[in-house]
Order: sequence, then C-alpha cells, then structure tokens
Amino acid sequence: MDWVNVLVQGALLGGLYALFAAGLSLIFGVMRLVNIAHGDLIIFAAYMGLTVVTFTGLHPLLALVFVIPAMAIIGYVLQIGILNHTLGDDLLPPLLVTFGLSVILQNSLLEIYTADPQKMDAGVLETASFPLGELQLGVLPVLTFGIAVVVIASLQWLFYRTAIGRAFRAVSDDQDIAQLMGLNKSHIFGLAMALALAVTAIAGILLGIRTSFDPSVGGGRLIFGFEAVIIGGLGNLWGTLVGGVILGVAQTVGAKIDPGWQVLAGHVAFLLVLAIRPQGLFPRISG
Amino acid sequence: MDEPLLQITKLNAHYNDFQALYQIDMSLSEGEVLAIIGSNGAGKTTLMRSISGLMSNASTQLRYRGRPFGALRADQVAALGIALVPEGRQLFPSLSVEENLLIGGRLGRKGPWSLENVFNLFPILKERRTLPSTSLSGGQQQMVAIGRALMANPELILFDEISLGLAPVIIKSIYEALPHIVGEGISAMIVEQDISKALSVSNRVYCMQEGRVSLEGVSQSISREDISHAYFGIT
Repeated sequence: MDWVNVLVQGALLGGLYALFAAGLSLIFGVMRLVNIAHGDLIIFAAYMGLTVVTFTGLHPLLALVFVIPAMAIIGYVLQIGILNHTLGDDLLPPLLVTFGLSVILQNSLLEIYTADPQKMDAGVLETASFPLGELQLGVLPVLTFGIAVVVIASLQWLFYRTAIGRAFRAVSDDQDIAQLMGLNKSHIFGLAMALALAVTAIAGILLGIRTSFDPSVGGGRLIFGFEAVIIGGLGNLWGTLVGGVILGVAQTVGAKIDPGWQVLAGHVAFLLVLAIRPQGLFPRISG
Repeated sequence: MDEPLLQITKLNAHYNDFQALYQIDMSLSEGEVLAIIGSNGAGKTTLMRSISGLMSNASTQLRYRGRPFGALRADQVAALGIALVPEGRQLFPSLSVEENLLIGGRLGRKGPWSLENVFNLFPILKERRTLPSTSLSGGQQQMVAIGRALMANPELILFDEISLGLAPVIIKSIYEALPHIVGEGISAMIVEQDISKALSVSNRVYCMQEGRVSLEGVSQSISREDISHAYFGIT
C-alpha cells in the first residue's frame, strides 16, 4: 500500500509539473520560442500572488483573479515590446534575450523581496485530506491535478475548436502565408504569450501554496517544465500532462528509496525517455 | 474608369544585394484580368510578393484605388482586398481543408464568397472538408488555395504559377472555374508559364524578363513573335 501511495502522490505532483510545462509548450508550439525565463516568470507570479494576499488579505486562490489578468497583460507587452524583435531565422537571439530576462527577474525579486523563503498561507486547504480506500489524499494535490487537467483540456479546446486556435496553428505552420490571410503575427504571438503567462500565473500560485519559494528557484521549475514537455512529446498538450506525471512519479519513487534521490530520479527518468524515444512519448501526430 | 484599381510605379525589389525588379510600371483596371508571363527568374514571383506585402516597398511605388500601400504589412494589404494564391499552394498542414478555408475568411470582408459557395465551385472539397490539407492531391490542394483566397472576398486576386506542377486535366478544371471567379467582379493577375493559356483568359498581358517589363499588350492582338522576343530577350 505504501508504494501505491507513492505512485498516487507522484502522479498528483505531476499535475503541477504539467502546469509548469503547458505555457512553455504553448509558446514553443506557436512561435518556436524557447523561453529561458519561464521558471522565473512562475516565481514572479508566485510573488505577485504573495503581494496581493499580503495587501488584500484574500485567500491565495482568489488572488488568481488579479494575478491571471496581470500576467496576461505582462505577457502581451513583453512579446510585442521585446520578444517579437528577437524572432527570426536565428534561434540564438530569443535564447539570449530570455536568459537576460531571467537574470533581471531573479535580481529584481531579490532586491524587492530579499532571499528569504516565502510561502503563501492557504489555511486548512494546505493540510486538508480525504480518504480514498486505504489512501489519504491531500485536497491541495488533488485540486492542483484537477486544475491541470482543466487547463490542458481548455487549451486543447482553444487550439482545435476556436478561431483564435486556428490562427495560432496557422501562424505556427507558416508565418508569411498566415500574414497573407490577414493575421498580424505580432499580435497573434502577443496573444499566445498572454495565454502562456496566464497559465504560468496559475502554476505560480499553486507552487506558492504548496512549497516555500525564493527568487532563485525559478531555474529548477524551468527544468521540470522542459522535462515534462520533452517526455510527453513536443506540441502535444495531453502528452505534456503525461510527461509531468512520469516526472512526478519518478521523483516520489526516488525520494521513497532515498530522500536525496528525489530530483535525480526525475532527471534519470527524463534521460531514459530521451535515450529510448528522443521524440518523446507522444510527439504531435495529428497537427 | 480613369483611376486604375492597382497602379505600380517604378517598383524596385531586392533580395539583399541582388536586385530582382527594376523600375516596374504596371496598371490594372477594375474588372480586368492581367496575365504575367516570363521565364524562370524573370521576377514574377517577386512581383507577387511585393504587391501582397510579403516584401516591403517604398510606400508610393504601389497604389490601390489611388491610395499608396507599398509600405503596408501583408495582413494590412489583405484587409484592403488583395489576396494571393501563392506558388506551390502553401496550405497550412496542421489545418483541415475546411479550417484552411475558414482562415482565409477570417477578415470578414463582405462579398459573395462563403464556405458554401467555395464548396459549390469545387464540390470535391466538400467531401474532403475534414481531412488534413496535406492528404489531398496537388490539384485539390490548389483548389483549397484558391478557395482560401476567395474566402477573403478580395477585389483583386493574384495567382502565382496557377498551374505549376499540376496534371493537365486538373489545370483544365481550374481554368474552367476561373470565369466563375472573375465573373463575380473580381480583378485578377495571373502568373502562368503556359502562354496560350495565359492569353486566352486575360484582357492584357505583361511579359517580364530579368526583372523588367519587356512587353505589354492586349492579349487578343499581341503577336506570338513579339512575345518570343520579349520572353527570351532575342531582338
């Protein structure tokens, strides 16, 4: 039973990793941009949530009402103002610019909030649990996983069932021809980044409720996000969820064997997938 | 009709150091069908890319209903009512046939063309509407590309290499559809390798050679001899 518990907890943790990864996957899918600052943007969102909670006294989950639109607006402005100018045939400029952004974000957060670990207080939600058979499931991990499923299902629906999703796919296929159809790619990219950072906002708040964070932990979240995307297969959102779950399970299994192995076990699982199936488990098959 | 729909004045175009177009002058009246002929590398595709906004130009080199538009982006040119059927179809591979058409119609310009009318023009596309666009034959893909451009309800439609790489029977059916398209009051510019086809569907013809206009004339009365001189540069 112990091991079943480990697997279930790992799978639920995977929901959080899928949320880290979804924004990353979306941005790469639409505009072939690898956003090195993604992890720091998650932490930035967590701090923004912390600030809202501190000033308003709201529950952290309610802070999402502010943080989601704020992150979306920041995403649009960031894309139109800076990142669009880096996109082109050369992959290096966006990497360098988002790396620079990562450094700036970390240091700004350090200046404002210091290096002390912070945490958002979500009250009973943090410790509440319910029995399922012989297992005890935490409400927060189950809620996080549920949110991840809803977010990914919504993104999937948006991509394949709506006009804006069609525009995202068209621009991703061929920017010039999409432009001929009257799609302004700068604007479409801005919307994609807004959407990605809205998801990042959710990931950041859930992270900030679950664990303590400080300005330096963004890089680690970026790696987990990347690994989930690669394991699942590029461009496949449901694959990203599976990738997150595999990563989460590997980490909890590793931690069960020896607490020091938690992060290492995740990386090993990632490397194994990469060695056996370099294209990921479910690379984009049907568009 | 004194003011032409499209007026091209001293248009130059460059790819880095290479100059592809030299001082092109052309005009197109409303309802007119122009044929653009010329050998490979004459600058026909560059001309299409310039007009559609994929290559930027000095603002006043291109005028649409008297309004300069050379400096506009491609999406803004599309909003004016100029649509391009690009060389080699260039459909969106991750979109279905119907989605490719819907993307073309997203500007929401008013006019006779709708999904239904495109399906009436090319009934085969209705059967294949849910399939990925890449699963179609070359000819059917060309129909999607034409339909996609029509969905924008353009006033001017540019066909780049309309029959390149297609089987003769398909070319025939596409040319049979052409009168239904321009019959709806749409003006057209057709880039075509097949000179007799080009002359038979157009009002006037421009021949290009090495980035310059080498001949201009009325399609019905232009002499074959002049064309071969203009085409190959033999004088």
